[in-house]
Amino acid sequence: MSQIITGPAFVLGDDVDTDQIIPAEYLSYNPSDASERKYFGMYALSGVPRSQSGLPGGGQRFVEEGQYKTKYAIVIGGKNFGCGSSREHAPLAIAEAGAKVVVAEFYARIFYRNCVNGGYLLPCETTQRLVHEVRTGDQCAVDIASATLTNKTTGKTYTLRPLGDAKPIIDAGGIFPYARQTGMIKAG
Amino acid sequence: MARMTLTEKIMARHAGRPSVEPGENVWVGVDILMTHDVCGPGTIGIFKEEFGPAAKVWDKDRVVIIPDHYIFTAEEKCHRNIQILRDFVKEQGLRYYYDADFVQGSGMPSPYRDPNKTNYKGVCHKALPEEGHVRPGEILLGTDSHTCTAGAFGQFATGVGNTDAAFAMGTGKTWLKVPPTMKFTFHGRIPPYLTAKDLILAVIGQISVSGATYKTMYFAGEGIASLTLEDRMTLTNMAIEAGGKNGVCDVDEKTLAYVRKRSTRPNWEVLKDDPGCAYCYEHAWDLATMEPMVAKPHSPDNKDTARNCRDVKLDRAYIGSCTGGKITDMIFAATILQGKQVKIPTYVVPGSTEVHSDMLKLNLKGQPKQAGQKSVYEVLQDAGCQIGPSGCAACLGGPSDTFGRLNEPIACISTTNRNFPGRMGHKDAGVYLASPLTVAASALTGFVTDPRDYVSGPIETGLAGVA
Repeated sequence: MSQIITGPAFVLGDDVDTDQIIPAEYLSYNPSDASERKYFGMYALSGVPRSQSGLPGGGQRFVEEGQYKTKYAIVIGGKNFGCGSSREHAPLAIAEAGAKVVVAEFYARIFYRNCVNGGYLLPCETTQRLVHEVRTGDQCAVDIASATLTNKTTGKTYTLRPLGDAKPIIDAGGIFPYARQTGMIKAG
Repeated sequence: MARMTLTEKIMARHAGRPSVEPGENVWVGVDILMTHDVCGPGTIGIFKEEFGPAAKVWDKDRVVIIPDHYIFTAEEKCHRNIQILRDFVKEQGLRYYYDADFVQGSGMPSPYRDPNKTNYKGVCHKALPEEGHVRPGEILLGTDSHTCTAGAFGQFATGVGNTDAAFAMGTGKTWLKVPPTMKFTFHGRIPPYLTAKDLILAVIGQISVSGATYKTMYFAGEGIASLTLEDRMTLTNMAIEAGGKNGVCDVDEKTLAYVRKRSTRPNWEVLKDDPGCAYCYEHAWDLATMEPMVAKPHSPDNKDTARNCRDVKLDRAYIGSCTGGKITDMIFAATILQGKQVKIPTYVVPGSTEVHSDMLKLNLKGQPKQAGQKSVYEVLQDAGCQIGPSGCAACLGGPSDTFGRLNEPIACISTTNRNFPGRMGHKDAGVYLASPLTVAASALTGFVTDPRDYVSGPIETGLAGVA
């Protein structure tokens, strides 16, 4: 995984649950079907209430109507990002749309686990609330090695928490590559 | 010897270690892995991709598949997903699969005619204990966040994603971080106007939707012992709504009687918290001072008393799901609705085909109905409720033709578990979460209504749901 991720940020509030990330009506697509997987990108974050979608102003789409990919590389959230259901379709949808990293104060545990074990997204945590520091569209850079997020639009830099216990699995690219590297399952 | 909680003991035993401490990461053996029609196809896809097209599951008696989410819909992809499950079950020789056998061909499937004559069970979290897959001391993983429901039986049960499920499917193992335990003690006996739903809404309202993140929620005290097994399932079911990793209750005679009757596997172990073990949080409630609660839109922690919300006008009532669609929930609701008429459209969805069957055969006291008595089903029907077939239905919205789905921006009071924006369908619909008593009372008035206005004495549910 790239160590520096740059691009515009899409900003959300607290308790963004998995129904907002990928509404249940789209769960009939099979993520293991290559021709259907792209629809998770199309509908990523489509359940977020309009006023909360792209803060501070709201009313912005993460993925434009009829498109499969987003122009945003980084998603910024507040507290308890990804709460609600265990659907792995949630991190998959954000990743399928083309974003690479989520930066939130903290995550609901199943969402975090799905990000890491499925190798979809980097779930970074901040020591500081960024929801009011970054505006949707601001150019940002997340540097994993130095554990920082820089808002290039404002010139301010913020510290990210260390990846901790999950780092070996993130470095390997998910639970399956990790298990192969460590000899838990046969290398394929 | 370290003093451990129930959850720590289960993890230690499944990791082959004498003890574990909160915060440690351990690899554990899994007893049962459950998946359903929404996450099964993705899990199966990852399983085949990672282990190879000819791979076999680690134990064909321990992978349980229960289609329940998108059953009564004309959407073809949903029918296709059920077929993926069927093909996998056949290929692998899985022993426990509960097919929606009436889903054949295209269009809206005609529901089962008789709930006793179908392999279909309905909502997985209700079906798992009914079919004997839930036992004290075991580890259950499921590709659904409400898998934590089974903690009511003194086991460790938690929701996982497709990748974790695929990994466990091939290896029988998963890694878990040992959670610290929060202890919620309830003193006294449950009064007739409260159900476990009021208790869990009070807890979530106090600690917030992230208050138990990465933690175990342990529900203790004589107040919990006074609950039926089904009502305890309501508590552990909603542990996830506070961010909890799992929820647990102590095992008692009610638990043992149920599990011995349902499960064919003899080797399981009853564990409990050691005296003096460490809790990261403790709080106690007196049931006598608690009130009927609601969670207002759009969060399960947006708590208020039902009485404070009496001016809230409602468009719909909904009684169903793994949280509020059990036979005891149906008896609670029917007791209030008996001989009266609902003022707003009221949808009822049995949590399982067993619940559906019990609704047809039991009276309001949870006993087999005698000549001249009405069944729970008849009471609800006579009150004007629309009763659908068992399944997850509108609890999570689902396809637009789902029974009871909120397709308009309306206000609904519901016995379900989650009310984030869009959960039951329309993004701007407002969902009030409440107990079956409060939902039934509100259905009679069209406003959020405290059930104390209608409950005059204890509601006996007899052996409903356990016999």
